[in-house]
Amino acid sequence: MQAAEKLVFKTPDVIIDRPTHYCPGCQHGTAHRIVGEVIDELGLADKTIAVASIGCSVFLYNYLNVDAVEAPHGRAPAVATGVKRARPDRTVFTYQGDGDLASIGMAEIMHAANRGERITVIFVNNTVYGMTGGQMAPTTMIGQATTTCPGGRCAEREGLPIKMAEIIGMLGGVVFCERVAVNSVKNIARAKKAVRKAFECQEQGLGFSFVEFLATCPTNWKMSPVDANKRIADELIPYFPLGTIVDRTGGGEDK
Amino acid sequence: MSRIEVREDRCKGCLLCATVCPVEIIAQSERFNAQGYKVIEVRDMDSCTGCASCARMCPDMCITVYKTAKAPKE
Repeated sequence: MQAAEKLVFKTPDVIIDRPTHYCPGCQHGTAHRIVGEVIDELGLADKTIAVASIGCSVFLYNYLNVDAVEAPHGRAPAVATGVKRARPDRTVFTYQGDGDLASIGMAEIMHAANRGERITVIFVNNTVYGMTGGQMAPTTMIGQATTTCPGGRCAEREGLPIKMAEIIGMLGGVVFCERVAVNSVKNIARAKKAVRKAFECQEQGLGFSFVEFLATCPTNWKMSPVDANKRIADELIPYFPLGTIVDRTGGGEDK
Repeated sequence: MSRIEVREDRCKGCLLCATVCPVEIIAQSERFNAQGYKVIEVRDMDSCTGCASCARMCPDMCITVYKTAKAPKE
């Protein structure tokens, strides 16, 4: 007798059926899917406005079936502030990379967080400028070779990698701030929980929520996707510890 | 018997799915897709547990998972 077959995993409905332009093994796709799953589960697809940034994630609007605005480089939190203030009934989130958010967009993210804008920021940290060809980003690890620091990043010359989640967590308007990774099934489950909580914060009007994803960039790290994924656990997580940094939602620490 | 469906036209052959499969049945095939990537294949679908680890790991969303409850033995 053939037992009934149950569909246990499919791509979320809000994700547009289209091949992504990302390189093999790039975890932007995983981050997109997690955001899509949360939007689907919370039933927000009709009222969400995405603010895409500059970087590899610039084509976010091609992959998520929600209304979207494309912001100038680094200015996604400023654009999202305007969108949210004009349409407070909408769910507004930005999706930014580390070159976008942590360098040119530093002022915008700091002040948006400090003002406690009711937006959600998804920050994908892959320690490099991906789209423009692998230049050094503020989050590049010490010793990591990039096209603009071919001998490896030097702490004396370029400083230490910026820990954005900790910095954002210190600001007054932030209600929820967590750093997650997508290098294992367990971490993916945690990441989804964090993104869900971040969107829920916004739905409840509590304030600014921030989720930092540690992701790979196999092409610019000059590694195979599998090795790049290992590097997340071996190098990145010890420096960028995972976990909830701030949770002022009232539910207490949720790990 | 649980099974997975792989959209070969979307697979980029990154093999992240193979690293998380608890029963290690996913491997690279000798086939290329239209994009020129060597796609994955499942060597032994009967062993699939339907855990969906591969699908959660896949950055290109090309895996769909079907789980079948264990049929009572007749």
